[in-house]
Amino acid sequence: MDSPADSWGRYPRTTARVVRVTDRHQPLPPGDASYLPYGNGRSYGDSCLNDGGVLLHTRGLDRFIAFDPATGELTCEAGTLLADILDLAVPQGWFLPVTPGTRFVTVGGAIANDVHGKNHHRSGTFGHHVRAFELLRSDGSRMRCTADENADWFAATIGGLGLTGLVTHATLQLRRIAGPWMVTESHRFGELSEFFALSAGSEADYEYTVAWIDCAATGASLGRGLFSRANHAPSRPSARPTPATRRLSVPLTPPVSMIGPLTLRAFNQFYYHRQHGKVAHAVTHYEPFFYPLDAIGGWNRLYGPRGFLQYQCVVPPGAAMDAMATLVRIIAAAGGGSFLAVLKQFGEQLSPGMLSFPRPGTTLALDFPFRGPTTLDLLNRLDDVVAEAGGAVYPAKDARMSGTRFRQYFPQWEAFSRYIDPRFSSSFWRRVES
Amino acid sequence: MQKILIAGATSAIAEATARLYAASGSRLHLLGRNVARLKDIADDLRVRGAADVTTGVLDMNDVDAHASAIEQAITALGEIDIVLVAHGTLPDQPACEASVQVTLREFATNGTSTIAFVTAVVPHLLSRRAGTIAVISSVAGDRGRQSNYVYGAAKAAVTTFLSGLRQRLGRDGVNVLTIKPGFVDTPMTAAFKKGALWATPDAIAAGIERAIDRRAGEAYLPRFWWAIMFVIRHIPEFIFRRLKL
Repeated sequence: MDSPADSWGRYPRTTARVVRVTDRHQPLPPGDASYLPYGNGRSYGDSCLNDGGVLLHTRGLDRFIAFDPATGELTCEAGTLLADILDLAVPQGWFLPVTPGTRFVTVGGAIANDVHGKNHHRSGTFGHHVRAFELLRSDGSRMRCTADENADWFAATIGGLGLTGLVTHATLQLRRIAGPWMVTESHRFGELSEFFALSAGSEADYEYTVAWIDCAATGASLGRGLFSRANHAPSRPSARPTPATRRLSVPLTPPVSMIGPLTLRAFNQFYYHRQHGKVAHAVTHYEPFFYPLDAIGGWNRLYGPRGFLQYQCVVPPGAAMDAMATLVRIIAAAGGGSFLAVLKQFGEQLSPGMLSFPRPGTTLALDFPFRGPTTLDLLNRLDDVVAEAGGAVYPAKDARMSGTRFRQYFPQWEAFSRYIDPRFSSSFWRRVES
Repeated sequence: MQKILIAGATSAIAEATARLYAASGSRLHLLGRNVARLKDIADDLRVRGAADVTTGVLDMNDVDAHASAIEQAITALGEIDIVLVAHGTLPDQPACEASVQVTLREFATNGTSTIAFVTAVVPHLLSRRAGTIAVISSVAGDRGRQSNYVYGAAKAAVTTFLSGLRQRLGRDGVNVLTIKPGFVDTPMTAAFKKGALWATPDAIAAGIERAIDRRAGEAYLPRFWWAIMFVIRHIPEFIFRRLKL
């Protein structure tokens, strides 16, 4: 029996038959429908959906297998949440080597999307820290994949959008920390060129860098924002800051999107001016630093029943400054952007996955309430700019890019497609493949 | 450090509860039918902080094997502070109606096997005059309903048995806890459509740990089920017989 299946953006709405995977030793369930692994459903668009097919829910695969507190090597099942790893590892002096902006994603999802974080310029992608995993194929075969063993499958599966088979368990190399605290700085900037200067000046000494930009600001304020940089605190700070816990949640979906031009403008104005002075210093727990939105359960519902689209692109270094300015101008003129527009410089490290999104350049990410063709038109215009600049759009966040654009952004797609399990498919893949 | 014996240790609620005790450094002995799954769970509990985890293979319907499984557990743990009995199935009610064998087998799995195991383990706790016997019964045991009365009857037997046992052992320092979960989202209930009344195994596990700590006699989990079942228990029979529950 098919049941409704949503991704984090709640667009598109699909149905699928749900099969729960709870035992990593079992073969895949029998049947004729296509499979797609589904972790915690935090992908924004349709890369985690399989309309009319089977979703293999992996949250039941959440067992740890081994952890060595001396080396920081962790082996766990693929449905384990990054949040569970943090709960286990932080008290023992270890941290995720790379973390996305939410800790409520599974290890399998982090591998399948080769996720990145604020330390990309230092540590690359999540896939760089995956030492090994087991790939279960629909023919019942199991492959141990590492950078040396079945290396092609390793590269195809990292960033492979769950299409190469089911990752049952994985081994990760965690990163040493002295404690849960972060030393952070926030710099207010007035225009985009300042962002590029701050980024360039921070990469050597700061492990984490990211910027928020006010995508509602126009005219003289265009491109203003806050640049944040941070390091893990070397030891326990004397004053004990309060950690963020999940205090709020959005219990139901409002009938219309709570996020429109007015709320957006007001929020951004407030957010930009909230900080006193040009630079603010703080010592904070890692949770509010890395996961501010995790504190508001179900925040995706704020966008109302029609859901929202997330757009994240990367533009290579040479073209970045001009392309970002053009993108920000188009978005500000349209007036439909989000509270959280995020700007970050990727590092030079080559991503380990064939279809990995991160590459050298500047990445911009933001949400748009879904308003039908107007929104789709706007994003197509952004695509024109990104494609022209030789960039790419992030499949994990996409629900609408055309197949032509995808194949342009990811010319490796054809080589990759040979590794797709014949029984696996996704709504995303069917959309971009043709 | 608490020493815990879990029967039916591969069930979702048992696994979630075991994780809570592992995180506080307990020693656990796990009983179940599936060796590979027991090993997976034991590995996980060790990583989560359990002082030690041992396992034993036991089919709860093999009542003759209970005594030796309990002996092995005592050898492994030294002594037992908490026994959690968590095995069970959700019988196919129409299949029960069509077959005496199926009815009796399901009654054994969900009723008599539990009564047998608890009976066998009581002397070990009684000899120390301490500890808790926690057993997962069900709200379904509070009143027979046409949709699952074989399961309900087996759980009613367990609930009534535990009620008497609790009176008997109370003076001797051994607590008997009857756990009555409502709808829980587990592999056992995978076929059901889930709604607002459904709880996660993690939430039930937290409730079990709390009830054990407080030495409660009975715990509806989540707690609102107490109110629902209070109403259901008090509907007069001449009305109840006409309801479709």
